[in-house]
Amino acid sequence: MRFRTMTSPHVLGATSVGLVMRRVLYAMVPGITALVWFFGWGVLVNLVLATAVALLAEAALLAARGKPLAPHLNDYSAVVTAWLLAVALPPLAPWWMTVIGVLSAIVVAKHLYGGLGYNPFNPAMIGYVVLLVSFPREMSAWLIPHGLDRPHAMTLLETLRAIFAGGLPERFAPDGLTGATPLDVLRTKLGLGLGVTEIRNSPVFGMVAGSGWEWAASGFLAGGLWLVYTRTAAWQIPAGMLGSLAVISTIFYGIDPQRYAPPWFHLWSGAAIFGAFFIATDPVTASTTPRGRLIYGAGIGLLVYLIRSFGGYPDGVAFAVLLMNIAAPTIDLYTQPRVFGARRG
Amino acid sequence: MSGWFPFHGGLKTVRHKTESNQQPIRSAALPKHVTVPLRQHIGAIAKPVVQVGERVLKGQMIGQPDGYVSAAVHAPTSGVVAAVDQQAVPHPSGLPDWCVTIESDGEDRWIEREPVDYRRLHPSALRNVLRSAGIVGLGGAAFPSAVKLNLSGHCERLDTLILNGAECEPWITCDDRLMRERAAEIIAGLRVMAQLLEPREVLIGIEDDKPEAIAAMAAACAGSGYAVRPVPARYPSGSVKQLVKLLTGKETPVDGLPVDAGVQCFNVATAYTVHRAIDRGEPVLSRIVTVTGHIRQPQNLEVLLGTSVAELIAQSGGYRDGVRRLIMGGPLMGFALHDDRVPVTKATNCILAASAAELAPEQPVMPCIRCGACADACPAELLPQQLYWHARAKEFDKAQDYHLFSCIECGCCSYVCPSRIPLVQYYRYAKNEIWALEKEKEKAELARQRHQARLERLEREKREREAKLRQKAPPRPAATAEKSPIEDAVARAKASAPPPETAVVTDSRDS
Repeated sequence: MRFRTMTSPHVLGATSVGLVMRRVLYAMVPGITALVWFFGWGVLVNLVLATAVALLAEAALLAARGKPLAPHLNDYSAVVTAWLLAVALPPLAPWWMTVIGVLSAIVVAKHLYGGLGYNPFNPAMIGYVVLLVSFPREMSAWLIPHGLDRPHAMTLLETLRAIFAGGLPERFAPDGLTGATPLDVLRTKLGLGLGVTEIRNSPVFGMVAGSGWEWAASGFLAGGLWLVYTRTAAWQIPAGMLGSLAVISTIFYGIDPQRYAPPWFHLWSGAAIFGAFFIATDPVTASTTPRGRLIYGAGIGLLVYLIRSFGGYPDGVAFAVLLMNIAAPTIDLYTQPRVFGARRG
Repeated sequence: MSGWFPFHGGLKTVRHKTESNQQPIRSAALPKHVTVPLRQHIGAIAKPVVQVGERVLKGQMIGQPDGYVSAAVHAPTSGVVAAVDQQAVPHPSGLPDWCVTIESDGEDRWIEREPVDYRRLHPSALRNVLRSAGIVGLGGAAFPSAVKLNLSGHCERLDTLILNGAECEPWITCDDRLMRERAAEIIAGLRVMAQLLEPREVLIGIEDDKPEAIAAMAAACAGSGYAVRPVPARYPSGSVKQLVKLLTGKETPVDGLPVDAGVQCFNVATAYTVHRAIDRGEPVLSRIVTVTGHIRQPQNLEVLLGTSVAELIAQSGGYRDGVRRLIMGGPLMGFALHDDRVPVTKATNCILAASAAELAPEQPVMPCIRCGACADACPAELLPQQLYWHARAKEFDKAQDYHLFSCIECGCCSYVCPSRIPLVQYYRYAKNEIWALEKEKEKAELARQRHQARLERLEREKREREAKLRQKAPPRPAATAEKSPIEDAVARAKASAPPPETAVVTDSRDS
């Protein structure tokens, strides 16, 4: 009897790119839930809109490049990019901003560089930076975290109208709805010569790093730890990033606690935790050696601190990630692990 | 001390051991004919020493080892040599190789068997006995054991002799059954090996999912000083370098052998054949083969070498419907057979008939996302994602910078790859390309040397011709000694013209 032949191994584990990407999506659910709770329906509307645009763009580009649609649309990578970007957008961002951001991510950053696995830069962060540079005012107009249960929360319909037609409902005062983020407030007021303790007495700062924000960060931390536990994300990257951010912010806080925010504030505010577990861990654009990942993560943490404290933007995760993306191949080259049987040292 | 030193990576796989390890080893029926490949080992092919039509007895040598790294091949049963020609053999290439085909006479009549008192034998004589008994590693590599039983040139004193009973690949249970049923014989063979190698300690590594085998081997070891060491069931614990690490904590050097780290390792089935050769005077004629998978009656058979795989399947109840692939060896490192009409060899530990349920579903290959799951799983501690990148780009020198040749092709990387990239296939390809390039270089170098030699020869011949011409011109005095004094004087007068030293110098240079 004759048989077809194939090379070994003949059995494979149950895994796929789609599974890996879906895990990332599941892990984002707790954090997203907190965001929806504190910032309203806009977060969900952004997610849905970004996902739809991302899948359409992915399909169009795959078709244009002559690639099979089904396997690539089923790998959920476009959805992950869409979610990462959508979570980073202000909840009432006009619809065209989301569309521009997603198209920059999927069309330019991903497919023009060769598609899944070939992009040197994190697509979601390219989309985010394009928007941040082009529309700085809209990008900083975050909602004041209120909670959906409050009487003055926006309804879903009002949210949809705000996003797609523009204009806020008349029952809200313009400054009663949107406001600066805690990182933004800290930055502006430090510039005015106020001390950290004084600034942090403002209610926007909540318990640790901003009411609402710290809950979202905790949600992303829980999901992120699960990603590390399931080995979907490499532990070295969040460890390196949060570790270096903690170390350097502790040093500066120790030098002058009135000019520099405490480490717990830095760790729990902005996109630090979300970035550490969900953005920096994008394997395609990160370093791939174990030691390299620690260095890569640490580099991001350091850059985040420098941008936040001394740069022109309130948060710096997107820029820090993109800068370290450039460095990843070089880091890999110099951090090859010792192979089995090679002399130690 | 009963702990172990974990190796990096590896896999927890589905075991599929109980399909075949529940019933004792059965002897396969005597086949009508056997086709015995002359190359069942690593090294030079054995030289056939029988002719077509010749009667042979069971155990008679039919292929003689050719060189140091080679092994003898024997008639597995008595009968008549029907052919000495190229036949289909189990090899990934599917290419035929030289075989001796014997029509069995059904009598299975032995040659004179002479047990050896190994304690009185000089080590080199003992190694020769093993060499002519055709003993090779039965774990799968089939490297001639006599070579590994000689320490000279590697290390002064062996620290550890390891007997490999790990059997880490799914489905395979031939060593498990052998250890359960013939532990005393395995230990008897181990004693011979220990006498040759004089190790400081002897360890037997068995995966802890084989409690019966561990118990049987421990009982057989009682009083011998040999220690049975259960190791965690984690593929590829049975790979030599990984087992050495597990049991001793030592790492085999990148470009070296375990013996360079003071450890030597043999399969349990090899020790069993050593016992047969020494204590019973029987060369390697048969082995235990696990016949399993999608067949009616999975089992372990004691099979004469040269028996057709198709016959083993038939004796195991035949294929069930839907067999898609026939694998020789395990599902992770075994190779797929084109045809079941190939003979069992010394390296055949398992025949696995796989249906779609056992095989990996066919999925599209996705781009590498550099997730590093392969690096986490790689027991050689390589970066498979980088190796893949360079192998794909045909950057072979860079692949070698990433230690391509440390890859043991265990398949862990492919197993865990979410993009379903056939990584091992890329590494095999890269290795083959590099070997081909090196051969090409060698050939070119040889051609260059040949050309150089030819030029030198032509030059020399030219010089010789010229020298001879010159010699002819001035006849030597000795040659004319018997001539008349007058002629002699004339000749001497002539000879004074060209200086005779030149000729003499040329002569001496040529001699």
